Amino acid sequence: MSAAPATLHLALAWSDWLSLFSHFLLLSLMSIGGAISTSSEMHRFLVEQHHWLSQEQFNTAIALAQAAPGPNVLFVALMGWHVGMNAGSTGAALFGVLVSMVGIMTPSTIITYTAARWGHRNRELRAVRAFKQGMAPVVIALLLSTAWILGSSVVQNVDAGWRLALLAVAAGLVIWRTRLHLLWVLAAGALLGAFGLV
Amino acid sequence: MTPSSHRPQSLSDLFLSFTWLALQGFGGVLAVVQRELVERKRWLSQEEFIEDWAVAQIMPGPNVVNLSLMIGGRYFGLPGALAALAGLLALPLILVLGLALLHDRFADNPQVAGALRGMAAVSAGLIGAAGLKLAVALKRSPLPLSWCVAIAALGFVLVALLKCPLIYVLLGLGGLGCVLTWRRLAA
Repeated sequence: MSAAPATLHLALAWSDWLSLFSHFLLLSLMSIGGAISTSSEMHRFLVEQHHWLSQEQFNTAIALAQAAPGPNVLFVALMGWHVGMNAGSTGAALFGVLVSMVGIMTPSTIITYTAARWGHRNRELRAVRAFKQGMAPVVIALLLSTAWILGSSVVQNVDAGWRLALLAVAAGLVIWRTRLHLLWVLAAGALLGAFGLV
Repeated sequence: MTPSSHRPQSLSDLFLSFTWLALQGFGGVLAVVQRELVERKRWLSQEEFIEDWAVAQIMPGPNVVNLSLMIGGRYFGLPGALAALAGLLALPLILVLGLALLHDRFADNPQVAGALRGMAAVSAGLIGAAGLKLAVALKRSPLPLSWCVAIAALGFVLVALLKCPLIYVLLGLGGLGCVLTWRRLAA
């Protein structure tokens, strides 16, 4: 996080952009559980195989998208941005954002939209009801797991991790039990962190 | 169905609602979706949210993106799906690119790093709270509550503690839940 991302100097041909685009189209089909579940494959393709992206740029893209507001899938946009910057210009960077985001979003969007419409039209079918209601316990398990995994990644590598853990639990209890607006709780967390209290 | 007052009024309502959601979602938008769409706007009941979330999970693509497509599409068809999706992505995309440009300058600032850490801890708590709130809906499942709790607990152990790949848990444990529910619905 601390070092400035090392810049690579690339000359990307149209065939390279096309290769990036088609690779992301393919990854989109495999992105069950979110685009982040394909990030190890992105790493292999972008960093190890083609050297279009440095290791620091890869790490920064994921960390920034986690920290920023909005869906975490925007880490893909940042990777496209950095690839374009490595190719030499802001224009190329914007083109990289376009190529990577359209690639990662289009196939999954079409599949999900079509499947969801079908499911909604046939929502009285026994199989559709069984699927939706039968998945509920696993859905709740996944939410609690996400909280656990995110929480433990925050608490790691920090001196007084227990204070962050306490903050996470307290925030969870406040939101669970009260109707206080989320932004107040987030702002409180930001202030406590900025003043070095957690 | 949800009563007519508790639904998105227009495409721009969808766009703005999802923009507002996305801007609150530090470290992911999931907890905010439950809070805003279920508790505040009441576009969805707890049960509908869980059902939609299950579909959003099992489909390829980011969960929150899938959920926005489903909700937008339900009220306004394809234009609705695209309006919700655009709302979710447009402004956050601009923000995150701006952050990338600023990154070199703020990464070493201890206050900024501390604030980000604090917000990340809070968002872990928020997601946990969303899970606990939705757990109430298990009481109305066709499955006995004890089975639901057992499946949920096993899922937590597999995913959070043993780090099993998500796809196996969804197919294996989720599939078990679906088969058991299917049999109960027949009776």
